[in-house]
Amino acid sequence: MTASETQSTRPAAGAAARAAAEPCQYLTFLLGQEMFAIGILSIREIIEYGYLTEVPMTPPFIRGVINLRGAVVPVVDLAVRFGRSAQKNTKRTCIVIVEVEAAQCGQEMGIVVDAVSEVLEIPGSDIEPPPEFGTRIRSDFIKGMGKIGGRFVVLLDVDRVLLVDEVAVLANLGGADCASA
Amino acid sequence: MNLDDALHTFIVEARDLLEEMEDALLRIEQAPDADTINAIFRAAHTIKGSAGLFGLDHVVAFTHVAESVLDLVRSDKLPITAELVATFLGVCDHLGVLVDHVAAGTAPDDATHRASDELVNKLRGHLGEPLPAKPATAAAVQPALSAATSGGVETDHWHLSLRFGAAVLRNGMDPLAFLRYLTTFGRIERIVTLADAVPRLSELDAEACYLGFEVGYHTDVDKATIEGAFEFVRDDAHISILPPHSKIAAYQRLIEDLPHEELPLGEILVRCGSLTKSELAAALSHQSAPGESPIRPIGEILVERKAVRPQVVEAALDKQKQVKEHKRTESGLIRVNAEKLDEHINLIGELIIASASARLVAQRVGMPALLEAAARLSRLVEEVRDSALTLRMVQIGATFNRFQRVVRDVSAALGKDIRLEISGAETDLDKTVVEKIGDPLTHLVRNSMDHGIESAEIRLACGKPAHGTVRLNAYHDSGSIVIEVADDGGGLCRERILKKAIERGLIKAGQQISDQEIHELVFEPGFSTVEQVSDLSGRGVGMDVVKRNITALRGTVEIDSVEGVGTTMRIRLPLTLAIIDGFLVAVNAATFVVPLDMVVECMELSAQETEAAHGRDHLNLRGEVLPFIRLQQLFDIPEVPDVIDPEADGAFADDNTQSRYESSSAILTAEGAAALARDPELAFLLQPVKRENIVVVQYSGRRAGLVVDSLMGEFQTVIRPLGVVFNGLDGISGFTILGNGNVALILDVPGLVRRVAGREGRRTAKATAYALTE
Repeated sequence: MTASETQSTRPAAGAAARAAAEPCQYLTFLLGQEMFAIGILSIREIIEYGYLTEVPMTPPFIRGVINLRGAVVPVVDLAVRFGRSAQKNTKRTCIVIVEVEAAQCGQEMGIVVDAVSEVLEIPGSDIEPPPEFGTRIRSDFIKGMGKIGGRFVVLLDVDRVLLVDEVAVLANLGGADCASA
Repeated sequence: MNLDDALHTFIVEARDLLEEMEDALLRIEQAPDADTINAIFRAAHTIKGSAGLFGLDHVVAFTHVAESVLDLVRSDKLPITAELVATFLGVCDHLGVLVDHVAAGTAPDDATHRASDELVNKLRGHLGEPLPAKPATAAAVQPALSAATSGGVETDHWHLSLRFGAAVLRNGMDPLAFLRYLTTFGRIERIVTLADAVPRLSELDAEACYLGFEVGYHTDVDKATIEGAFEFVRDDAHISILPPHSKIAAYQRLIEDLPHEELPLGEILVRCGSLTKSELAAALSHQSAPGESPIRPIGEILVERKAVRPQVVEAALDKQKQVKEHKRTESGLIRVNAEKLDEHINLIGELIIASASARLVAQRVGMPALLEAAARLSRLVEEVRDSALTLRMVQIGATFNRFQRVVRDVSAALGKDIRLEISGAETDLDKTVVEKIGDPLTHLVRNSMDHGIESAEIRLACGKPAHGTVRLNAYHDSGSIVIEVADDGGGLCRERILKKAIERGLIKAGQQISDQEIHELVFEPGFSTVEQVSDLSGRGVGMDVVKRNITALRGTVEIDSVEGVGTTMRIRLPLTLAIIDGFLVAVNAATFVVPLDMVVECMELSAQETEAAHGRDHLNLRGEVLPFIRLQQLFDIPEVPDVIDPEADGAFADDNTQSRYESSSAILTAEGAAALARDPELAFLLQPVKRENIVVVQYSGRRAGLVVDSLMGEFQTVIRPLGVVFNGLDGISGFTILGNGNVALILDVPGLVRRVAGREGRRTAKATAYALTE
């Protein structure tokens, strides 16, 4: 973990610089009472939270898998991934389908959010680099801080949050933990 | 078809032929027979012919020399020796290189040319020794097809038998004139006048001709031209023209070169020039003559009438047979792009899911006609699936045969005498698997040869035959294919592996481990017990890769080894990577699929039995111990799935627990409820009673039980791979989509067993370690 933290500032700063260059649209959503945003380009679709199949022996942040028109898509609970407790599902609970970079091709993944809010355009000038601490999230997950109506919203770096290597490796670790328990 | 396409066909065909040639060469070493020699010859000849079509002169030139040598072998003038076979294997490889160059569109480089020259020289050596004076050697160097078509530079000659009829002179013909005419396009080498028909002078008719001639004639023209010389006397005289011996081979070759169409025997002989039309007509009229009964084959008549040589007739008969076979295979096989096939299989996967959901809807609606239609549909879909899957099945024999060459080369390199035995070559398996299994198999075979089989001296000292044997075997076993690589070598040395493992800190000294575990150590990365590293193996790189490759195919590999007797490595792979027959079970709200081939039986786990087990996870199954796995505990499946907050939306959660798989996201409709009322069985299945069942599964000879809540019957399972996120998850081999659109997990039975066993093993090991430290 320490290695990733020392590394983290640089790519995040680079991403912030990139984000500053191009004004982007962001989807804002709620996790608990907190608001987050994801660049809209990586989002495929937003679906209702329906039946989800749990996959045993995986780390808790992997909620399970869903059938997305014939494709089996893993679903990650973002709250748990950020080290918080899972929220109860409500009628507003959604699954946001995003595409992240995998080994060769794009991998579709779902993230569970408590509610989606709106799509906003945040100009590059309104995006601040992430703070060193204080967000209660691993700082390499953060692309920048967007200013919306005088409030700061965490802009997430989806590729880092759902880094396939990390999620998959963790899946293995989770399995090993489970087995040794 | 443009030339590129044609060239592509040539390349594919040439590679196939080279493979055949190699096979035949390896076979011939053990058991030479005429058919195999012919097969080699044909392969070389076909490559030469097609290469000629594309103007690939270097290929033609090279193949031609090889072909000349093969021709000698074929006519028994050159014995088959190991050296010759080795040379030809070289030729085979070299042709492969040449074809590769053609495929890449590059001209052969200098090294290739040098290799060409070297091989040609070697081949000429074979050509020269047995028949040093034969001018064919000179012809062989010619880079074109000339020798095959003209056969002109032979020492032997045509044989003409001329029996002039008595009326010849009377009709104004002079036999001498014909002989003279012959000299205008050839040379009469020898002539014998047969005067035995000449009667006594008193009876002699001065106007009648009594003479016959036997003429040895040398010419470059074909038979029809020679016969043309006797055009005018054909009716009066009996003339047979026999080709020179050298011409026979040319005829045979020409016959082989004929296009693949079905022809009567006579027509084949006419086409190759061995028989003239008039000869054929005469023979045919002879055949249908009233006196001839039963009708004799035309070939026999022609030979008897000395119109053709028996060898040529044989070649023509062969050709006829070959054409028939060719026709059979041609109509039976089509080449299909593998991608198209995959797409087809994918679509069928979708179809299966769609039909399952149609059936589900039908069940919910409960309309008898609809149920019937849905049942019929799913039965048909099942058939379509089965036939589609067999399309992808190929026999493993072709893969196995490749190892003949590997074994030959490696044993030569190692200086060991090793034979390869193949069995179960007709076992089918999925094409994708076949493609991926080649490398791991090669590795295992090389390993067996290098490390397994001892040197001849040691073998003799142990009372084993001097030559080692590597056996490749394949067979089907409960839904998987098993491929065995066995050797009769020294086996794995327990002591050495232990020593090495302790050295590397994989295990502790004094630790008790089973043979099975010791064998597993071999698959550790970088593990090798060999003292010196050879260029073949021994670097300790590989067995772990083998294991990884096989695991990636959802397979396993295990080792059976008896020290001093031999080692058997057993690879177990799923038959197909696409669709299987599954058995659907449910634990609480979760649904799982067990591969049906592994399911032996199902039974109810009664409360008494659970009690009798005293908390231990095994029970008495008709006198046998059956260990079982409680899926609910292992997977930690919650009683009520956390789908939607019950307070926020109670109906959803309720529905899920009650009807489980049948209707998780949809609320039972009024019609559905009515259907349940009508169908007590369905209602019984759906009622929320907690019962436990055991599914007895069998895998590689072991049995285990899976404790589940309910059994939901057979289910055609379209396998979705685990994907990057879940890859390496032990106990789950894939996902599938159920008729209601939900995802279910496919259980990996061996993985589960391994997981549970490993967990218990660690627990007991911990206890032991604790006891020891105490």
